[in-house]
Amino acid sequence: MANHRLPNHDIISLSAVERREIEAECRHYPKRQAAAIEGLKVVQKHRGWVSDGSIQALAKFLEMPVGELEGVATFYNLIFRQPVGKHVIMVCDSVCCWVKGSDPLTQHIGNRLGIKPGQTSEDGLFTLLPIVCLGDCDRAPTLMIDGQQHGHVDADKLDQLLLELEPEIQLMEVSDG
Amino acid sequence: MADNADITFSKPLTGLIREDRSPLTLKEYRAGGGYRGLEKAAKKMSPDEVLEEVKASNLRGRGGAGFPAGLKWSFMPRDDKAPRPRYLVCNSDEMEPGTFKDRLLMEGNPHQLIEGMACTAYALGAEIAFIFLRAEYSVAAANISAALKEAYDAGYLGSNILGSDFSLELHLHTSAGRYICGEETALINSLEGKRANPRAKPPFPQVSGLFGQPTVVNNCETLCNVGHIIDKGADWFKSLGLGSDSGTKIMGVTGNVKRTGLWELPMGTPIRELFEGCAGGMADGYSLRGFLPGGASTDFLLPEHLDLAFEYDVIGKAGSRMGTASLILLDDKTCPVAMVRNLTHFFAQESCGWCTPCRDGLPWSEQILDRIERGQGSMEDLDTLAWHTQFMAPGNTFCALAPGAAEPIQSALKYFREDFERHIKEGTCPWH
Ligand SMILES: Cc1cc2nc3c(=O)[nH]c(=O)nc-3n(C[C@H](O)[C@H](O)[C@H](O)COP(=O)(O)O)c2cc1C
Ligand code: SF4
Ligand code: FES
Repeated sequence: MANHRLPNHDIISLSAVERREIEAECRHYPKRQAAAIEGLKVVQKHRGWVSDGSIQALAKFLEMPVGELEGVATFYNLIFRQPVGKHVIMVCDSVCCWVKGSDPLTQHIGNRLGIKPGQTSEDGLFTLLPIVCLGDCDRAPTLMIDGQQHGHVDADKLDQLLLELEPEIQLMEVSDG
Repeated sequence: MADNADITFSKPLTGLIREDRSPLTLKEYRAGGGYRGLEKAAKKMSPDEVLEEVKASNLRGRGGAGFPAGLKWSFMPRDDKAPRPRYLVCNSDEMEPGTFKDRLLMEGNPHQLIEGMACTAYALGAEIAFIFLRAEYSVAAANISAALKEAYDAGYLGSNILGSDFSLELHLHTSAGRYICGEETALINSLEGKRANPRAKPPFPQVSGLFGQPTVVNNCETLCNVGHIIDKGADWFKSLGLGSDSGTKIMGVTGNVKRTGLWELPMGTPIRELFEGCAGGMADGYSLRGFLPGGASTDFLLPEHLDLAFEYDVIGKAGSRMGTASLILLDDKTCPVAMVRNLTHFFAQESCGWCTPCRDGLPWSEQILDRIERGQGSMEDLDTLAWHTQFMAPGNTFCALAPGAAEPIQSALKYFREDFERHIKEGTCPWH
């Protein structure tokens, strides 16, 4: 898959910054393993996703079995075990947003970028994912792009958001208006 | 001393929160009466007195089940020989679809939560506390982090709080997704860095919780009330409720109404006042067919239930639950079968997979609902659905996720059966 972030070889040591950030979390708990989720998030923040090599390095750092950390990493849906695009778009598909048209909105995004939910665009710029209720239900339909939430999103607002992120991109023509 | 004109007497939770939700600084919070409760607790009251005040206030848990907070705390061993450390955990996972109240409290006034947690930890003799925050609430995370720093610097957290011998460390933990993390024993596993499967009860967390130590888990809104109760007293808190429940409640409305949003109203306010008075009733061109009163995991109620008092026992008697008190409306332009399919998809996806009625029953139910919605269902499918809801009933599963998931299905079968049957007989969705 085309992805500018995917390294040729898997990195197997944590950076000094990662170590420092994870160590700060470890201090909150009596056991190092308790910082597993924060540790995975730190790695993901710096590398975009969590590779097998990162899991091994982090497990060693947290003094826990690799298999167990792997089990933790796959349990939580916001830990990415595969590379994702430069921008991650998550559309809320829970009930309040669904009532206000999240299905057609998701379809519109997919059409614009030429991808289906769960996929990353050819140029590696966008990954589209469904997400559960973002706790922003009074502004339905809602979505989150790169961790930032947007409410009352319609097709026009969405196009505008995409162009703000990547002014150079060509949005595909869509029939849904 | 505050006088009764003080907005925090009628709207303790949200009275000080600004329209744009920009967080109150420590100085602003104090000017509005903030940290008076903690001052009073740490300087003038014993831990037992704090606990008794909360018990007397009849504060019930705002996380959905309505369990009395003081009673829950009293199950924690607190005498001199009781194990240490003891933990307090604030449940700010808030992932129940339709629920967005704790977010307002944490974004707009994080010091109120810190004060409530400090008072609670004082009553429990807990020396370590965590706020378990869902991953997506990044604004809340930033506001809480800033407030924590202010509170430590001002001596409301840390060692020897306000010159007493009470010390408290309070940490923010941000999660990484999954609705099941909100279940309190799953949350404890998650805080330990594990997969968020619920634990068997007993032992209850108050006896053996986080890292095997005594632990109390309370909802964010529950804890936000505590500082006010200590400051203004149990009698004041009780007097806020219009019926048998005490205090106020942040109530929400979503769907095709004129105004969606959150409002802090007295417990026992008629639902109609929330729906019509606050939300302005249905938007033009829509009419109301039913509503989930307390988030996605509650049974549908009908327009005829709008005059009920919004409080735990009244809603329970009507066959549903107050839950998180956020109305999710079903309007006449929305297909009830498709709506229930959407809800069931959520619960099926979020099942932790530990027990069979939930792990297998929910995807199965979703498939049946999908078939019916596409006009390919049969009458037997309705019986199979009802059968699944019985398997998912309380007592048959390891935690309350599956019983909650069954609630919208079973009540839709009761109230909107005709719509299910029309899909089957007409071989298509009448709303398409
Ligand atoms: C699947 C599931 C999800 C839950 N999610 C939450 C949640 O996000 N926030 C919450 O406060 N309680 C949640 N609860 C309820 C908690 O288990 C627990 O009862 C609550 O945090 C206790 O706090 P309270 O007594 O102050 O209400 C959930 C329960 C279940 C079964
Ligand atoms: S009811 Fe569902 S979520 Fe709860 S323990 Fe069982 S499988 Fe897990
Ligand atoms: S249902 Fe979409 S934000 Fe709550």
